[in-house]
Amino acid sequence: MSAHEAHGDEFYVKTWAILLVLLLISVLGPLLGHPVLTLITAFGIAVVKAYLVAVRFMHINLTPRFVTYAVATTLVFMLLFFAGTAPDVMKNHGTNWVKPAWIQAEAAYAAEVASGAAGHHGAGGHGEAPHGGEAAPAHH
Amino acid sequence: MSARPIATTRSAAGMPTARLAVWWIIASEIVIFGGLLGSYIMHRLAHGVWADYAAATNPWIGGFNTFVLLTSSLMAVLGHQAAERGDGPRAAKMLYLTCGGGLLFICVKAYEWTTEISHGMTITANTFWSFYYTAAGIHALHVIAGCIIMLFVAQTAKKNLELHRVEIIGIYWHFVDVVWIFLFPLLYIAK
Amino acid sequence: MAETIHVGHAEEHGHHDHHEMSFLEKYVFPLDHKMIAMQYMFTGMFMALIGGFFAYAFRMQLAFPGMDVPFWGVVTPADYNALVTSHGSVMIFWVAMPVLIAAFGNYLIPLMIGADDMVFPKINRLSYQIFLISAIIIIASFFVEGGAFGGAWTAYPPLSTKAQYSLTPIGSTMWITAVALEFVAFLLGGINFITTAMNSRAPGMKMWDIPMVVWMIVIASILFMLSVGPLLAGGIMMIFDQQLGTAFFDPDRGGDPILWQHLFWFFGHPEVYVVLLPAVGIVAEVMTVFSRKKLFAYKTVLYTAIGTGVLSFTVWAHHQFIAGIDPRMANVFTVTTLLISVPIAEMMFVYIATLYGGKITLTTPMLWALAFVFEFLIGGITGIFLGASGNDIYMHDTYFVLAHFHYTFYPIAIIGTYAGFTFWFPKMFGKMMNDGLGKLHFWLTIIPFNLIFLPLFVLGASGQHRRIYDYTNFPELAQPWQQDLRQLATISLVVMLGAQVIFFYNVIKSWMSGPPAGKNPWNSGTLEWTATSPPPHGNWPEGLPTCYRGPYEYSHPDHDKDYWPQNEPA
Repeated sequence: MSAHEAHGDEFYVKTWAILLVLLLISVLGPLLGHPVLTLITAFGIAVVKAYLVAVRFMHINLTPRFVTYAVATTLVFMLLFFAGTAPDVMKNHGTNWVKPAWIQAEAAYAAEVASGAAGHHGAGGHGEAPHGGEAAPAHH
Repeated sequence: MSARPIATTRSAAGMPTARLAVWWIIASEIVIFGGLLGSYIMHRLAHGVWADYAAATNPWIGGFNTFVLLTSSLMAVLGHQAAERGDGPRAAKMLYLTCGGGLLFICVKAYEWTTEISHGMTITANTFWSFYYTAAGIHALHVIAGCIIMLFVAQTAKKNLELHRVEIIGIYWHFVDVVWIFLFPLLYIAK
Repeated sequence: MAETIHVGHAEEHGHHDHHEMSFLEKYVFPLDHKMIAMQYMFTGMFMALIGGFFAYAFRMQLAFPGMDVPFWGVVTPADYNALVTSHGSVMIFWVAMPVLIAAFGNYLIPLMIGADDMVFPKINRLSYQIFLISAIIIIASFFVEGGAFGGAWTAYPPLSTKAQYSLTPIGSTMWITAVALEFVAFLLGGINFITTAMNSRAPGMKMWDIPMVVWMIVIASILFMLSVGPLLAGGIMMIFDQQLGTAFFDPDRGGDPILWQHLFWFFGHPEVYVVLLPAVGIVAEVMTVFSRKKLFAYKTVLYTAIGTGVLSFTVWAHHQFIAGIDPRMANVFTVTTLLISVPIAEMMFVYIATLYGGKITLTTPMLWALAFVFEFLIGGITGIFLGASGNDIYMHDTYFVLAHFHYTFYPIAIIGTYAGFTFWFPKMFGKMMNDGLGKLHFWLTIIPFNLIFLPLFVLGASGQHRRIYDYTNFPELAQPWQQDLRQLATISLVVMLGAQVIFFYNVIKSWMSGPPAGKNPWNSGTLEWTATSPPPHGNWPEGLPTCYRGPYEYSHPDHDKDYWPQNEPA
């Protein structure tokens, strides 16, 4: 318990400031328009932020080690769930089945991309619904 | 209110009972969000067209909400520090500020959803939007629940009672924050 | 901050407020873990009667198609679907879970680890209340328009999500709501169990001094907690599909029905072990006491249980071999499924080794424990046939599968419960049960049980498909010998249900006028037997016990008595 008091309030404010800088990067990252870079700025930074919150705010490193293991175990099981489920869900056809709606939507999307009109159908299939906000950056 | 059982005051596992319990709650919450977001991610990876749908979300609003939650998390941890020092009234004040953050988050969310729904992006528009509203909605329920519990904790903390609860609700709040940290890039940024 | 570690005498002060509790406080809204356990126990037994009645109604229809079933009437096709669905759901979620995990967990954990209560009595009470609401919802769904949900307890879409297929627009939502609430109840309960067992052990009780049943309930609670999340999320998705018109599980509109199957079985398979492990733990307690031996290979059993738990997360898709899943994944899941029989077989060997050379007394609880091992082995071995994906393609959805999982769940939920209930009855009510009536009940339950499900193995192997309302419509399934076997199964079921009257008579009679049990009628070494029977509020008003040794010190050469209570200083 007493270990917590090693830090003053400034420590937490400083952590908060770091988190805000990271947030700014993750919002600005996609503006560069590079998909791989977006992946890093979005998810790499999310992991860093989560780590900072877990360690500096939640003090997971000051709790007994088994807590970290328990949390890690939940994440491993989620990976397991993903690994077992994704091979089926991520296919649009398989043994004796197809997903017609998916195939049609992807075909329509491919045609749209080819004609350069992608990005203008946010509500997909619901007519000419405009964007949720003008500030949304174009994704290409 | 009767005194709590002796069982609650023991700590054979090396940490106070309430803190141990909140970590188990978090473990059980991780799998709830894990199952939902896992399902979302596999759809998202497989459907190229979802990038198109996701482009209609507003990362600036989402980013602002992240800022709100991060700041409220700071308030929560400052409240915890105050509680550690035995300063109940300050801890309560910090918790009220945290609650305020939660409330602001919900208000922004309400505005954002109203805009989106009025533009035809309803929960039934397509599976992306179904996931969008479901994931963010379950998260928002956690925010609301956290706020309500926090108000109770602040009430007792103000009187310098049950100060250990400040830390417990804080840990929960940070977890809600972490969930949003992942929801934000998943729903708003990845395009 | 109340974080210091209290030991010894420091603990004896504080808690016990001695005011007289009103009836409501004591029996309806109790905080005492024992009373909450009794609430769970009797709610679970009541639901078991309801589930048994459902089975009776649809078995009568199968054996005597079109008959006017006493107490139900003619079973219509919609009735039939609702009955099989509710039978499965009720027996697993409202019988096995509340009795094995919640009732025994609540009753035993604080008593066996030497604590005065659960760590969060109010959350405990809330957990039961949510559970009760969920039970009321599932029963109420029979009385709404369209009737109860009839899409099987697995609730596969589209049958469960589209009212035009299920014809139960309200019933299907009530079903999934009830199940989700039940999960919430057991999450709250599970957090209580895990935290209590981790934090509130008696001074001196080390990891290896914890009785096996406590370990098992804790491991089961952790398994439940880690597996149920995706299904809770899936349940919300399903409610949205039903009521808001989303398309999470609708392939015509961009969703995926297989996703639900994965979400369901990612929980559904570990769930088998969630209910199995407490039963295994109960059997361990009973067997050691009645063979007067130490549990063979305590740590091995424990590691095996943890290993089983981890493995149980890797086998779920063996329920989906014919659902059109990726054939490569079917290979993987076949291997893991066959692997999981290894630790379970090892547990059974450990029990047989515990019996070996012991002074065995065949009391009623011991008979139940032995029957558990025997019957569960049949269930386990037939599981190996089904785990192999090549074979499963033929066996899937036949009565062979049905008989297999009844040979696992029945030993778990019924035999395990009876073993535990008859074993701890003296502690719970302070009276001894009548052993003669107990044995009569045992044989009249076990023999009909085998006569129900052995014929179903044969029928299943002959190609009898599940979920068929009336076999007379299928000439190749309605041959006279098949119909005879169906009638044998149904008559055995009626006999078995009738035999339960003996049990309830025995319980009530023993409770009213049985001989007093005293603190420790079985000469057992674990801590719960050092409290008075039944234990008062706070369990040990004279001061909580301290632990000095492991739980199974029977026939110890250095001790004059053949048992050595955990709280007795050396």
